[in-house]
Amino acid sequence: MDDNAMKLLGAGVAMIGSLGAGIGLGLIFSAWISAIARNPAAESKFSKVGFIGFAVTELVLLMCFVISIMILKG
Amino acid sequence: MASLLEEFEIHPISAPLFSLGGHPVAFTNSALFMMLAIAACTLLMVAAMRPQAVVPGRWQMLAEKIYDTVADMVDSSAGEKARPFFPFIFSIFTFILFCNLFGMLPGSLAVTSHIIVNLAIALTLFVVILITGFVRHGTHFLKLFVPSGVPVIMILPMMIIEFFSFIVRPFSLSIRLFANMLAGHILLQVFAGMVAGLLTAGWLAGLSVLPMLANIAITGFEFFVAFLQAYIYAVLASVYLRDAIEMH
Repeated sequence: MDDNAMKLLGAGVAMIGSLGAGIGLGLIFSAWISAIARNPAAESKFSKVGFIGFAVTELVLLMCFVISIMILKG
Repeated sequence: MASLLEEFEIHPISAPLFSLGGHPVAFTNSALFMMLAIAACTLLMVAAMRPQAVVPGRWQMLAEKIYDTVADMVDSSAGEKARPFFPFIFSIFTFILFCNLFGMLPGSLAVTSHIIVNLAIALTLFVVILITGFVRHGTHFLKLFVPSGVPVIMILPMMIIEFFSFIVRPFSLSIRLFANMLAGHILLQVFAGMVAGLLTAGWLAGLSVLPMLANIAITGFEFFVAFLQAYIYAVLASVYLRDAIEMH
């Protein structure tokens, strides 16, 4: 294989890590929804924690994306 | 492929003003959009609050809503003692929000899609956090890296982990914002490319309405992301600020 093909393959393989971020985001939103379902009165209190959890988990996905872009363009 | 990152290119829009260390320094499109963002949020805050009506009009309502959102967020995540830092967090929030929103204009540059802009803001925040911590707590501030109630054997590993997690915070803050803006804009371009490709595909041209509809939905989502990322940046900034003010 030539270098360019390896580059494209590597960029694709780097995005496999987004699998974990996808599962993690699903877990966070499912926990968030069930928390609201159990105690709808406290919904506003959950939003900040939910967004922080979302942001921290999403970082894994974004790292994969950045590395993938770096392989393609770097 | 080369055209995907074209919209993020920074190019000078004026003649070089002066040279710094051998590099010509010119007024770039990045600087232009940063100034536009600052002008827009200053205009919104100053002009909308000019009437100071008891029953607010539409613009005053918008300005008050932004203020209230950030004030509530700083109070709940940085604590009561963080009130002096409210203007700082508020400036960070509005600047990032307006930069993100200006990036949604066709043909414009999303300033926050460059990591150096976000990193500059994040490092400013960390200088503020370090100075606040050392001024308020003195050398006691270093206890931040030693969580209380840890067994003696675990103190050294915990110190290393806590120190590393502290150092990496500005980078994670800035990478999150920059990668979100980059990914969103690239997604819009990919779908726009699908529309263009299908339009020249002969009898399949009618299908191009599908990626077009998807692109409209994604544009709406990008406006949401622009607000959400500014909010998350500000929330995390105030959570980190709480460490310096109250320790943990």
